[in-house]
Amino acid sequence: MNTSSRPRSLRGRAGRLSSRLWQGLFGTRYNTIVTIVIAFLLGQIVLPLIRWAVLDATFTGTSDACARDGACWAFVGAKLRFILFAFYPPELQWRPLLVIVALAALLVASAVPRFWGWKLLAAWPASVAFCWLLLEGAFTATPIPSNQWGGLPVTLFVWAVCFAAATPIAVLLALGRRSRLGGLRTFSIAYIEAMRGTPMVGILYIAMLIVPMALPESLSVDKMLRAMIMITLFWSAYIAEVIRAGLQAIPRGQAEAATALGLSYWRVQQLIVLPQALRIVIPGMVNLAIGFLLATSLLAVIGIFDLLNAARASAADPVWLGFYNEAYLVVATVYFAICFGASRYSRWLEQRLAEGMRR
Amino acid sequence: MSPDTTPGPVRPGTLRKIRIWWGGWPKGQLAFLAIFALLTVLLIHNVVDTMARIGIMPGFTFLYSSANFEIGESVIPFQAGDSYLRAIFAGLLNTLKVSLLGCGLATVFGVAIGVAGLSSNLLLSKLIRCYVEVIRNTPLLLQLFFWISLAKALPAPRQATLLLGSVFLTNRGVYLPSLWLEGGALGLAGSLVAGAAAIAALLIIAQRIRPLNRRTATVIVVATLVTTIVAVAISGARPVVELPALSGFNIRGGLNLSPEFAALLTGLVVKFAALIAEIVRAGIQSVGAGQWEAARALGLHNGHIIRLIVLPQALRVITPLTTSSYLDLTKDSSLAVAIGFPDLVSIINTTANTTGQSMEALMILIGTFLTINISLSALMNTYNSRMAMRGMSR
Repeated sequence: MNTSSRPRSLRGRAGRLSSRLWQGLFGTRYNTIVTIVIAFLLGQIVLPLIRWAVLDATFTGTSDACARDGACWAFVGAKLRFILFAFYPPELQWRPLLVIVALAALLVASAVPRFWGWKLLAAWPASVAFCWLLLEGAFTATPIPSNQWGGLPVTLFVWAVCFAAATPIAVLLALGRRSRLGGLRTFSIAYIEAMRGTPMVGILYIAMLIVPMALPESLSVDKMLRAMIMITLFWSAYIAEVIRAGLQAIPRGQAEAATALGLSYWRVQQLIVLPQALRIVIPGMVNLAIGFLLATSLLAVIGIFDLLNAARASAADPVWLGFYNEAYLVVATVYFAICFGASRYSRWLEQRLAEGMRR
Repeated sequence: MSPDTTPGPVRPGTLRKIRIWWGGWPKGQLAFLAIFALLTVLLIHNVVDTMARIGIMPGFTFLYSSANFEIGESVIPFQAGDSYLRAIFAGLLNTLKVSLLGCGLATVFGVAIGVAGLSSNLLLSKLIRCYVEVIRNTPLLLQLFFWISLAKALPAPRQATLLLGSVFLTNRGVYLPSLWLEGGALGLAGSLVAGAAAIAALLIIAQRIRPLNRRTATVIVVATLVTTIVAVAISGARPVVELPALSGFNIRGGLNLSPEFAALLTGLVVKFAALIAEIVRAGIQSVGAGQWEAARALGLHNGHIIRLIVLPQALRVITPLTTSSYLDLTKDSSLAVAIGFPDLVSIINTTANTTGQSMEALMILIGTFLTINISLSALMNTYNSRMAMRGMSR
């Protein structure tokens, strides 16, 4: 391992880095062979890809200009508005844009441990209500029905609302699953396992087909809201399992000691158990949130125009027909940017919290 | 209480046991459950009412009426006019087919990729990190859309892309060489049963005698092979290898995977191989470097270290996580509905739309998935507790 074949003249950080690189790529005979084979295979894939994406690509112009073999980035330029906002009235586009900004600000603020507190907790329902009013077209003459909402605001909105609404339910379910009350415990276990055993597509079909039949005739709830209610119930089971792991990490003695001091069950949970347990599970919750953001793309199955479905619909435009790969690449980049950032954040947070524990 | 001659506390009766289990706040709990049950009954009542209003009889009798749709591909023969029950069963078999194949392939690739990711070669390990991050951070549905558009964009059979000499990639699907046994389906089934029985019997015997080591494992494998071959020979079946070949405008022979099936399987395998690779990596890394060093100091060589020291400990981390990956894969196979593969969800959806019996159809769907999930996780839990205990006792 220590046999470096690099000349010694290289010094300092850059030198160490390049010697590590050299070691990692060509250090041993085996490494050299692997590097060459992989570089060859990679070339077979990457070179045509570069040819497609850059050399043969069309960057400006109309769809007629995109007759060549390469990518058509002119399509992205022309349809980006549609991919991001779908069928939302173009003259009111500032509304979904503001929703994106508001939700992004809320998420970024939630990511900073210094802001964790009651104010942030109160900001969540307030922002969600604000976004809802904004999308719905409040303060203007014409309300905008939810079947015209679409694109990135819908993805973010459904994600944020359902995650926020599912968390309190999840706390109750997790407490229920760990409680000594047999009836409630059985109920919680049955609920959690049933939800976790069902695919999300099935839940969305229930929202689309069964819920309208189950509600009384006078009460008509639109598709978006139905989907959001069912998704909330569905996700709460997953969040409950993560929270349960946090509850299990708190020694039983703490709750017993608090009970011995005369605190009631709810005071014990509120003052002793939950503050510690929830802190432990935050990285797990972030990972779960990443999975949920990706799962919102399933809304396409019941015909809601989320980001992915909007991208697909954009390539079905008769003027710009068939540029699916470009559209998918754009939304893949958006999803990747959000989720990769979040997963890095989760790792950072995990280390930070671990340090806090050690101190 | 009847007088008891033996000293010590009286054992609680059944009623008392139930009461202890039920715990405190008995009436409140009862009220909560009653309200929940009432709400459920009310909602179901509403559904039944609505169905009656649009003229649909609630119940499962529709399962026996004939379904007037075709299924693109199916394990069992199906044609329009067969019963809905058969259609749903065909869908279930499709789901099981893609899930089982997916789990198997994802495990093989995932383990290979996970181990390769620990390689000291920088290019290889970074490449695998890129693959894992890209796959983990984009929606599966998006990946499936990509695979299906790729599958549909493949050349026509006459200009098919040829891989490894006899795998054809065409826009009508993927053609693979097939291996099957000709003659005597009964004999084939019998030989499979005999083989499985031989494995089971030997495993049980081996477990009784001593923990599985290499010699007993070899004996089991050889015995199973011999049993199977003898059973095949007796039944008169013979193996046939068939290579796909171009004839006219199409490709004949071999095993044909439809574009939808190929896209779904590829998508699931690519996604879950990445997840399993991460699990395997985490599992192997969870075994401390000190253990490797200690084992080396004892004079064990690498193969022995992996088999005796690292794997038994890593598996304890890997098994439960992989199990939940399998369950997720089975559930995610339901995304087939978005790319047009006739799996259980897709057929349930068609059934609900054509008959209007959406409640019953969805009940079947959820019941089926719950059964699959609960039985699989029960199976894996048993295995898991055995692994954990064996590790503990040593």
